[in-house]
Amino acid sequence: MPHTLAQKILLAHTETDRVFPGEIVMVRCDVVMTNDISGPMAFRAMERMGVEKVFDPARVVVVPDHFTPAKDERSAELQKQLAEWAERQGVTYYAQGRGGIEHTVLVEEGWVVPGSVIAGGDSHTCTYGALGAFGTGLGSTDVAACLATGEFWQAVPGTIEIEFSGEKQPFVTGKDLILAVIAELGVGGATNTVLEFVGPGAEALTIDERLAVANMAVEAGAETGLFPADETVAGYLEGRTERPWQAERSDPGAEFARRLQIDLDSLPPLVALPHSPGNVVPLEQARGLKIDEVYIGNCSNGTMTDLRQAADILRGRTVRAGCRMIVVPASQRVYRQALAEGLLDVFVAAGAMVSTPTCGACFGGGTGVLAAGERALTTTNRNFRGRMGSNQAEVCLANAWVAAAAAVAGEIVDPAQMLEGVPA
Amino acid sequence: MRLEAKAVVVPGDDVDTDVLYPGAYLNITDVETMKRYLFEGIDPSLRDQLGGDTALVVGANFGAGSSREHVPQAMHAWGVRFLVGTSFARIFARNCLNLGLPIVTCAAAAEAAGPGSELVLYLDEGRLEVDGVAFPIPPFPPFMREIVTSGGLVPWVRGNLDATTRVV
Repeated sequence: MPHTLAQKILLAHTETDRVFPGEIVMVRCDVVMTNDISGPMAFRAMERMGVEKVFDPARVVVVPDHFTPAKDERSAELQKQLAEWAERQGVTYYAQGRGGIEHTVLVEEGWVVPGSVIAGGDSHTCTYGALGAFGTGLGSTDVAACLATGEFWQAVPGTIEIEFSGEKQPFVTGKDLILAVIAELGVGGATNTVLEFVGPGAEALTIDERLAVANMAVEAGAETGLFPADETVAGYLEGRTERPWQAERSDPGAEFARRLQIDLDSLPPLVALPHSPGNVVPLEQARGLKIDEVYIGNCSNGTMTDLRQAADILRGRTVRAGCRMIVVPASQRVYRQALAEGLLDVFVAAGAMVSTPTCGACFGGGTGVLAAGERALTTTNRNFRGRMGSNQAEVCLANAWVAAAAAVAGEIVDPAQMLEGVPA
Repeated sequence: MRLEAKAVVVPGDDVDTDVLYPGAYLNITDVETMKRYLFEGIDPSLRDQLGGDTALVVGANFGAGSSREHVPQAMHAWGVRFLVGTSFARIFARNCLNLGLPIVTCAAAAEAAGPGSELVLYLDEGRLEVDGVAFPIPPFPPFMREIVTSGGLVPWVRGNLDATTRVV
């Protein structure tokens, strides 16, 4: 029986040799990841399960990133618990200043290889699909079971195949591709399924762009978003990991829950307007919206690709008075690379603030939250009501070019026109 | 398994876990403190209707977004016994089941129920009564029923510690 890529990965991590959509199986984890929010709750649940030691310390990774650096005593306490638990369990711990945002760190540090199963205590664990891994987000009790037994229960998902045809246009990035997908499917349209991204437009994407696409699969309700591994992935992993892997694809004749084609030749930059990542319009229709804060960062778009795009706009320009801009490199590696390339100086000279890697204001945790009546334009993945602070604030999502241009103009403008010197 | 509860209606579709429990309170680990912030971003007055055995009646794609378990933990601590809705987001649904909270996908029953409706869930029989009117509900897969009747994933794992990987 032909299987989809997701089903093949799950098959390789169960004791069975056939799986059917909807069937519940126990899935073995290659890696289990948790952070300062899901972790402490999971550790307590693991104790209540009657388990003292994790199933395999070599497969467990702990990354404090949500409230780092600690904004208050309670957050500091969580990180202290995390560090002590990791030490006691002998698992890998990326301490503050050694890692960054969990998903970026796990990819950079070679924990993620094609065909692997990664259970993470964070909904954006689907990011690992960029490398062809079944990364999936779970809550604390699920994570506790993974830590205790190395397994989680899973209803075998169907797959929605997304074909990106044609070629990406200038100033269109991975962010726009996934916003187009969410607009098409709706924010619940991929529930109980996995997205699989194929076609020439998918194959042409860099790793950073694939990460941006896979990261927001959960915003359509999907369990993960897979790119079949290829030469680009092989090149990225060379020298980065010693974990064995092999490239897999969906079998010919595999049954898909749905097929969707998105033509990149005609796809403009997009903006998700408040208060849903599915509330997507072409950039043109969002032009002129006043912006109080621009935030470039997070696990979807805080990569070198994003920072370089933002710097292209900001070099020789300044952030408009009355608008503030915050740049958050996603990891220490990205931070140092941006430093070496002089990008951080471009941002600071332009009047932006550069933060250390953190989830921070993306989820309203700190370092840049919004007041009532304010509107932000961000490269993050969620613009739910109240997501970044006040319930009366608004968040718009867009790519890093659009975000940086908005910081210069104080409103949403076309970055192409800004770079060409055409008055917006 | 028979569960009886009074309905509290959380209106709207695509209600996300950020409005159900805003990010600013995610560093809270004590469930009694978490209870104070449930529904904070959507309608804090919904908390006034909680207390005693409660069933939450919700729309489509309820619980979208973040994996934060604070939401079902706070619901559970408030006395929520089960949820009835048009559909549920995947991670939220898992989190509920893992805490022993059944989620019932039945648009007709959710439509029929209003604030204060008397709901009776017959899990094994696959039936939900709303103010005495019976609605058939999709059968619970045996594994999910096992988790729920165990009282959640914690007791289930404790009771199955030596089980090897298998199709359930």
